[in-house]
Amino acid sequence: MRNKDVFMKTIKINFIPQLLEPILYLFGIGYGLGFFVREIDGLPYVEFIAPALICISMMNSAFFESTFASFVRMYYQKTFDGIINTPLNIDEVIFGEILWASTKSMINASIILLVVSALQLVRLPESLLLIPLSFLVGLVFASIGMCFTSLVPKIEFFNYPIFLLITPMYLFSGTFFPMSILPEQIQTISLLIFPLAHAVNISRWLTTGIAYSSIALSLLWLVVVAVPLTILSINLMKKRLIV
Amino acid sequence: MKKSLISNMSIAISAEDLTKQFDDFLAVDHINFQINRNEIFGFLGPNGAGKTTTMKMIQCVSPKTSGSLMVNGLDVEKDSRSVKNILGIVPQENNLDPDFSVLKNLLVYARYYNISKEEAERRALEQLDFLQLNEKKDTMIDKLSGGMKRRVILARALINKPRILILDEPTTGLDPQARHMIWDKILSLKKEGVTVVLTTHYMEEASQLCDRLVIMDLGKIIEEGSPQKLIQKHVGSHVVEVDNTPAVMKCLTEDGDKYEEFANRVHVFAAEPEELTSKLMKRCDFDKVTVRQASLEDVFLKLTKKVLRD
Repeated sequence: MRNKDVFMKTIKINFIPQLLEPILYLFGIGYGLGFFVREIDGLPYVEFIAPALICISMMNSAFFESTFASFVRMYYQKTFDGIINTPLNIDEVIFGEILWASTKSMINASIILLVVSALQLVRLPESLLLIPLSFLVGLVFASIGMCFTSLVPKIEFFNYPIFLLITPMYLFSGTFFPMSILPEQIQTISLLIFPLAHAVNISRWLTTGIAYSSIALSLLWLVVVAVPLTILSINLMKKRLIV
Repeated sequence: MKKSLISNMSIAISAEDLTKQFDDFLAVDHINFQINRNEIFGFLGPNGAGKTTTMKMIQCVSPKTSGSLMVNGLDVEKDSRSVKNILGIVPQENNLDPDFSVLKNLLVYARYYNISKEEAERRALEQLDFLQLNEKKDTMIDKLSGGMKRRVILARALINKPRILILDEPTTGLDPQARHMIWDKILSLKKEGVTVVLTTHYMEEASQLCDRLVIMDLGKIIEEGSPQKLIQKHVGSHVVEVDNTPAVMKCLTEDGDKYEEFANRVHVFAAEPEELTSKLMKRCDFDKVTVRQASLEDVFLKLTKKVLRD
């Protein structure tokens, strides 16, 4: 069980474009749209979406790392094949990949948190809890991504989960408007299957003090989902790679 | 056979009834072999014969379907971590990390073996020096030629000071200089006590390097022995090559000579080539006769047929 952290270190870091995106959104939508929307539930619009943007960044960084980036390492660069010739085995390699993707989620969330804190859009010190939360959220999305990585025959196939899962999740998780304005059924589905909805709920509570649904339930949902998903993704990858 | 008298300590790898079944075909079909410590052992065979699959089972990355496979006295399934610790692997496909420089590739790999940073750096520089890659140590992988990449992979495989080195087609696609450099390295590793297992398509490579070898075809081992013994047994000392014409074929069949027929040429196996040549030249219409020493290639072609499989 050693060496996993070592493995993580070996994958280089390049995440500047991913960081710029949420910050652009913050200004573009937060201040732009905020000019018309003014406030939601008593919150200035930009403060309403700031925690959501941090969560979207957690989702994107973890999901893209464990899909495109992991797939490239697995399929094109044969990195995993190389590593499993050493005393490390495939479970450890995949777990390392997932931990790395979660770490990336944490790094990105922390930097954006720094920006929104500087702009005084979040309350402190409560919002600092976003940092551990971002690792948990990262773990959930990294495992989901890794499941897809284990299944897709070609890299182009990642378009399916992105358009069918990530995009609707991005829009309907209480990110840019409260879920309460959505039809009842969609709200239920959202809360049942969208990790982002729970991540946004907890984050918004941390940054503004307003809870849209039970925080304890959201946290429990994330924890309960993270563990089996991680195990499932590792097993699916084993199935793909060990022949 | 005195196999049973050899103590276990002298056996590096042994397989009994080793089998690998993929969904739709049998890649390795109940093979048996023993590789002695400190020898260079070759796996020869056409593409798809099962060589690489066998290597992958030895490397503990592809689970066997049945049979037993022991490496250094350890079971590949139960003790895969210990087995992998003493192996050095040169895979058929280049899998160097393109995100890193040459030196960094070796250092990263060393970390997977829990080798300390200082020690890894010392070993990496030593290997790069030996393989004449010193000037390239800070070069990114995709700037290297094919030969250099193979040498970097060899250097990487040696970073954990393996006792058994597995080379899956180590010199395929290399120029003669690079090939000879790799051969030199393999021979000097043998002197240091390393056991070397290699697969190759190059008969010259197998003849030059291997103490013993097996020839595989369709998942089975069809022959084993030292290169010289196999040549003696199947071909004899010399080969007389002649054009394939009806007159020639008639002559050979009448005399009961041993030969292999190809589309344009016939290879006649002979212990006394002068005698055979003069005898045949007097009696038959032989044109363009070439006499040469028998080689492992003759054995290989004879045993694996000349059918192109892929």
